[in-house]
Amino acid sequence: MTPAVVKNSFGRYAGVAESLQSGGMEPNMLSLAGLSRAFGDTRAVDRVSLDIPEGQFVGVIGPSGAGKSTLLRLINRLVEPTEGRIRFGARDVTGLRGRALREWRRDCAMIFQQFNLVERLDVLTNVLVGRIADHGLLSSMAMRFSDAERTLAFHALDRLGLAHKALERAGNLSGGQQQRVAIARALVQRPRVMLADEPIASLDPGNATRVMDALRRINREDGLTVLVNLHTLDTARAYCDRIVAMRAGRVMFDGTARQLTPDVVRDLYGTDGLAEIDEAVTSTSLRRLEPA
Amino acid sequence: MTATDPFAAFQADYRHHRRRARLTFWLAAAILAAIFWITADMANFFRVTQVTLPDGSREDRWILLAGLPRLGDYVAKTIPELGWRSLGADLADWFWRWRVWLDLLVETLLIAFMATSLGVAAGFLLSFPAARNLSPAPALVWITRRFLEIARTVPELVWALIFVFCFGVGPMAGVLAIALHCTGSLGKLYSEANENVDMRPVEGVRAAGGSWFEQMRYGVVPQVLPNTLSYTLLRFEINVRSSSIIGYVGAGGLGQELRTAVSLQEYTDLSALFLIILATVFLIDWGSERLRHRVIGLEGT
Repeated sequence: MTPAVVKNSFGRYAGVAESLQSGGMEPNMLSLAGLSRAFGDTRAVDRVSLDIPEGQFVGVIGPSGAGKSTLLRLINRLVEPTEGRIRFGARDVTGLRGRALREWRRDCAMIFQQFNLVERLDVLTNVLVGRIADHGLLSSMAMRFSDAERTLAFHALDRLGLAHKALERAGNLSGGQQQRVAIARALVQRPRVMLADEPIASLDPGNATRVMDALRRINREDGLTVLVNLHTLDTARAYCDRIVAMRAGRVMFDGTARQLTPDVVRDLYGTDGLAEIDEAVTSTSLRRLEPA
Repeated sequence: MTATDPFAAFQADYRHHRRRARLTFWLAAAILAAIFWITADMANFFRVTQVTLPDGSREDRWILLAGLPRLGDYVAKTIPELGWRSLGADLADWFWRWRVWLDLLVETLLIAFMATSLGVAAGFLLSFPAARNLSPAPALVWITRRFLEIARTVPELVWALIFVFCFGVGPMAGVLAIALHCTGSLGKLYSEANENVDMRPVEGVRAAGGSWFEQMRYGVVPQVLPNTLSYTLLRFEINVRSSSIIGYVGAGGLGQELRTAVSLQEYTDLSALFLIILATVFLIDWGSERLRHRVIGLEGT
């Protein structure tokens, strides 16, 4: 069901063993099969099956309560699936526990709408939180990090234009800056997949553009798979190779921005009483962005 | 009331609602007043007693009025005779056991310090499994909460009696008794602070692959640290007061002197000890309050 995808030349080295195990399947492909999650009687995510090749920039759109957020949390295993499987390359992620689960979460970094930084800690320590999955109990309890790790964190901040804020308290930064700190934290995890749950929903247009540009750069330069929940259609059109639309927990559209016609949009958001959805009304973009 | 007039229906509803609220209020007030009355009667607050007047006749008086003058008599007995000319000698006479008392005062403070340290460590560690939003398992919440409840419900003096029985007379029993009670109280306060934390940073640490301990260390501890410090200082003040009494049952500190003075009816010794404790507690309250305000002040920056 997935359209052919241009292999990213910056793609990370895929282990030989992994590609052998995958038996011809594309290595580091994130694949969801019949993934469901029920909260009581409501199925927040209902039998979602997706194959996302390495290096793809995927936008997930849909009305509030469609299950976009739960879908991302399922992939990162912050939420347990009721049924279905999550695989990454040859690795079955669905049943991981303990250390293996924490390593999967490290490989599958996540950023949030509300940034989820520790506001009372300085920016550098917040970024270094991205390294704790590889730490022993004692060194992480003492907040002791190696020089190499600090250098890595500093470079990640520098890449996002925040090196000068490294020693400030995270809570004192603006929303846009905090979100970029969160991206830096995700980067030092050296992830293979980046999940972003409404990353620009609480940002102004300028900061929204900066954050989306940062995600695109990471996608192109590092070859990371990016999966981002969005509620602004023009952002999705501008940045995403592929758009997945969800409604009532199900995938009801999966294709390119061009294939996302006004008819599909009307169907998706259920425009009772609305003549037409004008994407400019909900837009947060500063300028007209051409599709990537 | 007609179904077609929504405002009339609302008014009727509103009147009904108000009537119910008034009824509940007066019912609760009446019950509380009755309980208060019964308690006062049980505690002999309505008793009338006979007093002997200076002219030898006897008269009925309400017990509270009859007994109050005796409070003055008691206090008067504890006031030593101090003369202007012999002030130095009189003071020396009043605080005649000052060397012993000074030693015991230091012991009192050390008991309070060590008990607070132990209590803080134990209470802090237990406050994470005891917090509903953070605990790794519901069973752990139940177990730690019951333990903290038992630790703080049993009074320090009772713990002290038990520990004196186990480890003999001396400050060790006092340290353990106060530490245990302090663990229970602080563990509850800390866990309540933990239950009020913002869970988003915790989720952030979890999503980065942090273990439960790391989620607590990075996501929760920075948020609750000012609260923890403030509660700790407050508890140290309380523990100094407790440790000055706990010697009453042989668990070290100034309390044992208080007991001796009371049982031997050495009234001036009592007032001397009282002054020492008052001055110490006052100094520590004052110091820790200033420290506490600085900690709380830091939170804003």
